[in-house]
Amino acid sequence: MSALTTSTAAANRSTAATVSGKAPAARATRRRSPLEWVRAHVLATTSVLIFVFLLAPNVVMLVMSFNSPIGKYNYIWHQFSTDAWRHPCAVGDICQHMGLSLEIGVVAMIGSTVLGTMAAFAMSRHRFRARPAVNVLLFLPMAAPEIIMGATLLTLFFSTIGSGSMGFWTIVIGHIMFCLSYVVVTVKSRLAGMDPTLEKAAQDLYATPRQTFMKVTLPLVAPGILAAALLSFALSVDDYIVTKYTAGDQITFPLYVYGAVQRSVPTQIDVIGSMMMLVTMTGIAGMLVVGRLRARRR
Amino acid sequence: MVTNMATIETGAGIGAIGDTGGNAGGSDLRLERVTKRFGAFTAVDDISLTIPQGSFFALLGASGCGKTTTLRMVSGLEDPTHGRIFLGQREVTDLKPYKRPVNTVFQNYALFPHLDIFENVAFGLRRRGIKDVKAQVEQMLDLVELGHLAKRKPAQLSGGQQQRVAVARALINQPQVLLLDEPLGALDLKLRRQMQIELKRIQTEVGLTFVHVTHDQEEAMTMADTIAVMNSGRIEQLGSPADLYENPASTFVANFLGQSNLIIGEVTAKDGDTISVDAQGQRLTLPAARSRVDTGRIIAGVRPEKVSLATDAARIPSGHNVLTGGVVSDTSFIGVSTQYLVKMPWGPQVGCEEMSVFEQNTGREIHRPGEPVLLHWDPAQTFGLDGAQDLDAGSDLDDEAAA
Amino acid sequence: MSAQTVNVGVPPAPQPIGEPEPAPRRKRNRLPYLLLAPTVLWLVIFFVVPIFTSVSASVQEGSLDQGYTLTWHWANFSDGWSQYNGQFGRSLLFAFLCTVFCLLMGYPLAYFIAFKGGKWKTLLMALVIVPSFTSFLIRTIAWKTILSDNGVVVHILNDLHILNFTSAIGFTVGNHVLASPAAVVCGMVYNFLPFTVLPLYTSLEKIDPRLHEAGADLYCSSLTTWRRVTLPLSMPGVVGGTLLTFIPAVGDYVNAQLLGNPNTLVIGQSIEHEFLQDSTGYPVASALSVILMAATLAIVLVYVKRAGTEDLL
Repeated sequence: MSALTTSTAAANRSTAATVSGKAPAARATRRRSPLEWVRAHVLATTSVLIFVFLLAPNVVMLVMSFNSPIGKYNYIWHQFSTDAWRHPCAVGDICQHMGLSLEIGVVAMIGSTVLGTMAAFAMSRHRFRARPAVNVLLFLPMAAPEIIMGATLLTLFFSTIGSGSMGFWTIVIGHIMFCLSYVVVTVKSRLAGMDPTLEKAAQDLYATPRQTFMKVTLPLVAPGILAAALLSFALSVDDYIVTKYTAGDQITFPLYVYGAVQRSVPTQIDVIGSMMMLVTMTGIAGMLVVGRLRARRR
Repeated sequence: MVTNMATIETGAGIGAIGDTGGNAGGSDLRLERVTKRFGAFTAVDDISLTIPQGSFFALLGASGCGKTTTLRMVSGLEDPTHGRIFLGQREVTDLKPYKRPVNTVFQNYALFPHLDIFENVAFGLRRRGIKDVKAQVEQMLDLVELGHLAKRKPAQLSGGQQQRVAVARALINQPQVLLLDEPLGALDLKLRRQMQIELKRIQTEVGLTFVHVTHDQEEAMTMADTIAVMNSGRIEQLGSPADLYENPASTFVANFLGQSNLIIGEVTAKDGDTISVDAQGQRLTLPAARSRVDTGRIIAGVRPEKVSLATDAARIPSGHNVLTGGVVSDTSFIGVSTQYLVKMPWGPQVGCEEMSVFEQNTGREIHRPGEPVLLHWDPAQTFGLDGAQDLDAGSDLDDEAAA
Repeated sequence: MSAQTVNVGVPPAPQPIGEPEPAPRRKRNRLPYLLLAPTVLWLVIFFVVPIFTSVSASVQEGSLDQGYTLTWHWANFSDGWSQYNGQFGRSLLFAFLCTVFCLLMGYPLAYFIAFKGGKWKTLLMALVIVPSFTSFLIRTIAWKTILSDNGVVVHILNDLHILNFTSAIGFTVGNHVLASPAAVVCGMVYNFLPFTVLPLYTSLEKIDPRLHEAGADLYCSSLTTWRRVTLPLSMPGVVGGTLLTFIPAVGDYVNAQLLGNPNTLVIGQSIEHEFLQDSTGYPVASALSVILMAATLAIVLVYVKRAGTEDLL
């Protein structure tokens, strides 16, 4: 017992020492020069610069859509005008071409999403001997140069159906072909993130395989399928090289732009590009907002 | 949670699944020579057992012993390589999981993240075609005290709440057997103890058969009527908690369940109901009824809490088994008891190098490390095992068992 | 309902361990093949087969009027190579430069988002990828405005006399940035940067940040931690990103067309020229494609051998 009391006394003494002593000197904060600040934040500054690099053309495109250029090329700022916005279809058949692109995009989106989702399920749920080979096959279109895919498709169509028959459907075929890989990757990764016990739990709770799929698997994979669909739509609408070789005499929006650039770059091109950008951004912002709202309502 | 579960309407629910055999004995769960192999690896090795209806049964063992695989075969999520499974008279071996009147509470709960709590609990009822689920679900949610959270999603609930939803979701279907796959593993200690008591109470009230898989021996002993200790795909021993603890059948069970002090010896004599053993030159006796062998090599064992330390041989009650030559190597004051490690003069091949002794702190003398002591205990507390076993079986798994 | 009897046929007799088993209960699963078939068929017919038709076309000769015949006209290859080997070389050079710059810029960006992004991670990644959802042609054309002679960029570069230096070594032309190799590479880097950043980010994001703490605890400076800990762990992302950038870049020619000049022709433009200008050029164009294919296939195979196939997707 005596040992205890002596140790407590010692403890008291030491606390007393710190309490009665002088307050420790305020920690001197060195003023940092701007250069030092940059050095400490070099990563952040670099990233900001790279973001500027990535986003500048979009901004430029938006700004130039309000331009009224001198001459036929909308490269240099002249004066502000909303003309092009008020008459977006005034040049050539630009809106028809855009319409064709959108049509092709929808068909390609549906085709590649359906096929790709089925493939993704097969690849991620089942083990079978041909898996490594199929993996490579699915990977190749993502890594191949588009010109190879386009040029070889041209030779295929040329030698089978002749160059006269190429058009809408050959474009769609090519688009579905290169979108498939992206769909499979996207859906597969969503499937991989799904808790595998959930399907077992559904079976345990009397759901037949079909019910398990409809009530549990599908709702959980749906966001991935949606993302894959939107991705293929975007890839299809924006494609130039493969389309060029499979289009026959059809002209999609990218084909029009590429061809037109030789002769003129009307402001309408920037306008339509800006519209695409705004639609995409609104769509994504909308999804985020809906997601946040849903989470907050609880 | 005192509500009487029996008042919950059963409706036509179970009838949709098929024969339930509500009569006593009619729904015993029976495994007949069940084996499961994954390629060259045998996870479950020729297991046969009968679990009486209405009992709380535990499958206890370390990771990888095959207990979860066995459970999954009962639920239908895994097919046995050989053997058959019966519910009452009905063979269910080839039945798909969604056709069996068996439900599982999964280790990670497996609550459907895209459905709210109400729909999660109602899931099984809906799949069986029951239209009007509101009353049943609300009653069940009240039973687990989560009625106010019915519209939330699983991600918004705490671990303990999720666990209760998982139990509710399974129970509402009134299965013939409820399987629990280490459901309390993710909970903190206090919550776990609470849930252990709740689950036991639910089981007693409802009278369903519970099969609980766990690696926590304390949990198994607290909750179960019968425990099967599994090791490498086989059942080492089956019995009540007291049975397993006081009369282990093998060194594995002796070491896995609690702690044991084991010494190898030779049976010198057997007269009547007492066996005499020569263990490393020291003489021990034990009741024949508590020994698995009565000739030749024997492993004599005694639980640490049955042993006492003494410094003076004269103070030892007559008739006690005595071990001499021990020196205290570690003393730990636990509060309730003091736990000693006593270094014995023999090597690890023939017995525990350091014997454990737990003495309750009832005012006894505390022995310090370095003191030479004598170990003594009532011979009736000794058990005997077949001498041809590995002394360390089940002991290095203790870390997991003590979780 | 009466209790069913158990005896349905003869159950498999309990076998002592060691004897051969009766037929296992595994059902032959045809489902994956059915699900996979349409996709595989599509890719085989429209990706693999065209490669063969292309190879076959490359040894033909003829014209649109006369038709094309398979005459094993190897001259297509030698003619093509002698005429266009410069373009091949330029394609590889541009693709190489593009990949290097994409890595130099993409890695810090991916690192920043993965480790310093915190709760803004997804938003920042979206910011990287979403701009690519607008027409890439129009965005590339926008570079013509950014790099135009009247623009800020060119003015600054001129004032700093950088352009004198770069023109001397051939990157730029005179006082301009446009219509030069530099502009082409710039456009390529811009277009392919997201392709590099995404795999890098995926790989970096998986690294446990506590490994950095462990590195610091074991006497590593920030740079050393990066070199010894982060970089090796992010190698799968680096390799994947490099591959997904370099290969498509080799075949890219839109940037060269829009931002280059007649001296910066790449192989894509030559192939297009041969295909679409002159109907006798069809076999030569195919020969050029075959050469390009062989080169990229070789690179992909080397990569697949080193990385294994499961990492691909």
